[in-house]
Amino acid sequence: MTIRQLSVFLENKTGYLNEVLAVLARYNINIIALTVADTSDYGILRAIVSDPEKALEVLRAEHFSVRIHDILSLEMAPEPGTMSHILDLFTAADICIEYVYAFSFGSKSILILRTDNLTKSIEVIKANHLKSIHEAELK
Amino acid sequence: MSRAEMRALQSERLKKLVDHVYVNVKFYRKRMDDMGVKPSDIQSIDDIVKLPFTYKTDLRDNYPFDLFAVPMKNIVRVHASSGTTGKPTTVGYTKNDIENWREVVARCLTMAGISQSDIMQISYGYGLFTGGLGVHYGAETVGCSVIPISGGNTRRQLQLMSDFGSTVLACTPSYALHLADALNENGYSLADMKLKVGVFGAEPWTENMRLELEKKWGIHAHDIYGLSEIMGPGVANDCVHHTGLHVHEDHFFPEIVHPDTKEPLADGNEGELVFTTLTKEGIPLLRYNTRDLSTLNHETCACGRTSVRMKKITGRSDDMLIIRGVNLFPSQIEHVLLELGETSAHYMLYVDRDNNLDTLELKVELDETQLTDTIRDLQNLSRKISHALNSAIGLSVKVTLVEPKTIARSEGKAVRVVDNRKK
Repeated sequence: MTIRQLSVFLENKTGYLNEVLAVLARYNINIIALTVADTSDYGILRAIVSDPEKALEVLRAEHFSVRIHDILSLEMAPEPGTMSHILDLFTAADICIEYVYAFSFGSKSILILRTDNLTKSIEVIKANHLKSIHEAELK
Repeated sequence: MSRAEMRALQSERLKKLVDHVYVNVKFYRKRMDDMGVKPSDIQSIDDIVKLPFTYKTDLRDNYPFDLFAVPMKNIVRVHASSGTTGKPTTVGYTKNDIENWREVVARCLTMAGISQSDIMQISYGYGLFTGGLGVHYGAETVGCSVIPISGGNTRRQLQLMSDFGSTVLACTPSYALHLADALNENGYSLADMKLKVGVFGAEPWTENMRLELEKKWGIHAHDIYGLSEIMGPGVANDCVHHTGLHVHEDHFFPEIVHPDTKEPLADGNEGELVFTTLTKEGIPLLRYNTRDLSTLNHETCACGRTSVRMKKITGRSDDMLIIRGVNLFPSQIEHVLLELGETSAHYMLYVDRDNNLDTLELKVELDETQLTDTIRDLQNLSRKISHALNSAIGLSVKVTLVEPKTIARSEGKAVRVVDNRKK
């Protein structure tokens, strides 16, 4: 139901994002999905990678601020309206979406979701038989 | 008054003062006993060098009232300034102290050419800060029509200045510059104003800034010096010749001492400015070291006054900053960060002047355990730090989180402040 996501603190400096990516490249860590949340002063890079533990270790060694969090992941049927339907279910349960991003992996459409209430979200997923994605499926 | 007459008056007042503090202030009695100095050793003003110094830390250690030399029933007013560990520095005034304060401020204002025909807009903060009330009483003594508008609210300041026809403005020099620059955008021009004189102080400012203010406002700008520990505004002020500030030395005896050896220095040598409050009753201080850097000049001024002049303050011998008239030690910032314990204590404070108002930005290293996957958590952290700083130091601070280990570590004394305000 959840997969591990890397969060890396990014200072607002030219070339900073690529410094992070270069470290991942050097250690042969593949980026499966990536998104950046930004403010005027700094950002947070969020990424799903092939080996989160190793990524954490090597980024820390290079003095980046990095942590791993568990995050909800769902597989979406490849047809119009799927994502809207999923979000309707969360709204009906009075769950607030903090952020969301989506990507394709092979033939799969995957939705990454962060809500204000993890326990309640899992109940919604189970009750509605939503299909979750496991890390092993992203290798 | 001739120099000999002044010295006789100062000697007489110093003897009385030392007797007073030796009997009534435990702190001074102990200091003097430790040094082996008795009140009878003080026979003239020259003997002042035998007396102990007083530092800001002594005021803090005796918080709130232990340095007061009279019972609280004789104290009619208390003022306070921000302190380094959250505790403010407190001072108390007797009825006589308030009368003397009025008197010295009135002298300053008269020296600046202000009279009872003037309308004086006092834009120093009123309250625990000595600026507003200190100037207020002196202005009433002179007989000015006083407008106690206090600080802030630029638009209203300009409106009343125009509507009431204020002829004198009293505030910090940086706020005076800010007001001048705000004229146009608020729909005013110099022609709408009747301002003639500015009485500016509570922060160090240069001669260049004084000339700029005179030009921008078309006024005579005067520097009024003071600090709450000694009295508040009114310790010294410059006359129309602007060749140093005349010290009211019958009340506040000045000395210049070497910053390291604390040996007294002769006229013309720069060092730390030290004051002894010759007439104060509430919280009399012996040789209070202001840590302000200046020089003294005992020559008679072109205006005819014989009182000693101190040079405009050029800097400080410690790391205290003056931000919009508020005293700030970098250690206060550190204290707040350590108390919160949610970031590292590695920080850098950037002081700048934006539109003539001092601004503070704090860059502080993020603690990795506070990093989450949402921006909101980081923003809440910045806001929390900003609130804590604001309530501890009374200044608004922009907080920026930076990567761990990106703030330079120094081997010796840490550099915590970058002051970009124009010199």
